[in-house]
Amino acid sequence: MSTAQVGAKRLEPAAIAGVMSREVANFRTFWKATTFSSVLEPVIYLLAFGLGLGSTLVKNVDGLSYVEFVGTGMVATAVIFSSALPAMFGTFIKERFQRTYDAILAAPVDVEELVTAEALWIAIRAGFYGCFPLVVAMLFGLSPAWGMLTVPFFCFFTAFGFASFGIAVAASVPKIDSFNYVTTLIITPLFLVAGTFFPINQLPQGFQIAANFNPLYQLVELVRAASFGFEAVDSLRFAALIGFALVMWRLAVSRMTTRLVD
Amino acid sequence: MDAAIKLRGVVKAFGSITAVDGLDLEVPQGICLGLLGPNGAGKSTTMRLLTGQAIADSGELRVLEYELPREAKKARAEMGVVPQLDNLDVDVTVEDNLAVYARLYRVKDVRAAVDEALDLARLRDRRREAVDKLSGGMRRRLLLARGLVHNPRLVLLDEPTVGLDPQIRTEMWTLIGGLRSRGATILMSTHYIEEAERLADEVAVMHHGKIISRGRPADLIAEHAGRETAEVYGPPDRLAEVRAEAEAEGLPVRPAGPAIAIVGSEASTNGVIPEDAIRRAATLEDVFVLLTGEEAA
Ligand SMILES: Nc1ncnc2c1ncn2[C@@H]1O[C@H](COP(=O)(O)OP(=O)(O)OP(=O)(O)O)[C@@H](O)[C@H]1O
Ligand SMILES: [Mg+2]
Repeated sequence: MSTAQVGAKRLEPAAIAGVMSREVANFRTFWKATTFSSVLEPVIYLLAFGLGLGSTLVKNVDGLSYVEFVGTGMVATAVIFSSALPAMFGTFIKERFQRTYDAILAAPVDVEELVTAEALWIAIRAGFYGCFPLVVAMLFGLSPAWGMLTVPFFCFFTAFGFASFGIAVAASVPKIDSFNYVTTLIITPLFLVAGTFFPINQLPQGFQIAANFNPLYQLVELVRAASFGFEAVDSLRFAALIGFALVMWRLAVSRMTTRLVD
Repeated sequence: MDAAIKLRGVVKAFGSITAVDGLDLEVPQGICLGLLGPNGAGKSTTMRLLTGQAIADSGELRVLEYELPREAKKARAEMGVVPQLDNLDVDVTVEDNLAVYARLYRVKDVRAAVDEALDLARLRDRRREAVDKLSGGMRRRLLLARGLVHNPRLVLLDEPTVGLDPQIRTEMWTLIGGLRSRGATILMSTHYIEEAERLADEVAVMHHGKIISRGRPADLIAEHAGRETAEVYGPPDRLAEVRAEAEAEGLPVRPAGPAIAIVGSEASTNGVIPEDAIRRAATLEDVFVLLTGEEAA
């Protein structure tokens, strides 16, 4: 066997690809269910909010129709729910119940490669599924735009950050029930105050400032810019998302190292 | 030839529990070493130290030509690990389970490696089935084959047959025996004395994080237990009486389920061994219990 180069470098592509191939093999067994809910969820939201609120109460939000407003905003909802939650539950289950990581880490793979591969795979998936609300909203009247082709990239970086966040959470909690605190105290507020269903500028000043630190709000703004026209400030928003992804990635690696290596 | 595993003065504590407590262990290349020890002796912790999944507090560790923990990843590339508990991906097919690990171990020809592993596990005709459709015995064979998919020079088996029925256990023994004849070095922890006797060239008895005795099974028996053991059955009062007499004569006595076993009974000359005692050849089990004070499986 020629394994001379194995283990000589950090973040070996072969190790990352190997871990991702395990995720792909598993995903092949449940992709239909994931795709089904990714399509149906925005349809339900758009029907409920868009037709309910949009036709009776709100005609125009920030110069957009309610379908345009919610359809673009829901990209952020799709991204957080297909990144943070699968990362939290998936990591915890693989670590504690299935002992998958014990087997992977007995191979020439280190924790950094393992975490990177898991976050990458979730980010790729969320980059793809994050676009579904846009596609669904087009059926409800959203006009396609060339700029929308950038949306998967914005989704990818945001999802990489939230996947890493979910991995770090899973590595830090004692029991799976502790996730309730995280979803109630962090995830729900982040997704409600992201400018998805109502504009941030209706909120008190303090909230408006706080919202700027919400990566989902930045993502929503970027998706709307991609759909209706970019401005200079958007490059700052994108840089902020990349910064968020990097910080969460390092946090996930360090939390998982503590958890997995005795 | 250098030893496949060389541990010197290794210590690993978890809080107040010292799981591995000054362990010295050398495993020459090409042998099967059976690591025997009661629950909590530190066997699994030793295995995790060897893969770098646990980092020693102190001591020297060498695996193959690598120094741990610095070169643990390189060492892992040439090591196969078969865990005590099944951690296969149950929804995924048999061949995909193998292919993933062939990739993780950087095998060049993944397809050929998978075919070979399928043959080893005798699962060629089940290759496209999900793992949760397999019987318990098939799953164990697959778990073993997954750990060998890259043809490792050193194999760590942590209680490879724990909780299996006798038939599956025998199947596993055949596979492990085959592995040894291929020239791999094997470190196998076990609770089953019979398993160690059948498969191991040498046995090391671990207790409270240290090796307290080591040698070929026959030598250990001769050294610690002598030739013959006499088992005496009867009511507790009588057993206590017999025990006291035997111990007064200097013969070690151990509990053996409902009976007591007088070890080294061939040395007794003055009739402390009752007429109705069952005399049998001394076993590794006798050695194990004498050394660790605990009954093995
Ligand atoms: N991650 C850990 N954290 C805390 N204590 C641990 C940890 N791993 C092992 N221990 C403790 O270290 C001691 C040795 O455990 P180990 O699993 O190595 O024993 P073992 O010989 O494999 O036992 P068994 O035969 O039951 O599998 C035990 O007291 C165990 O509780
Ligand atoms: Mg153990």
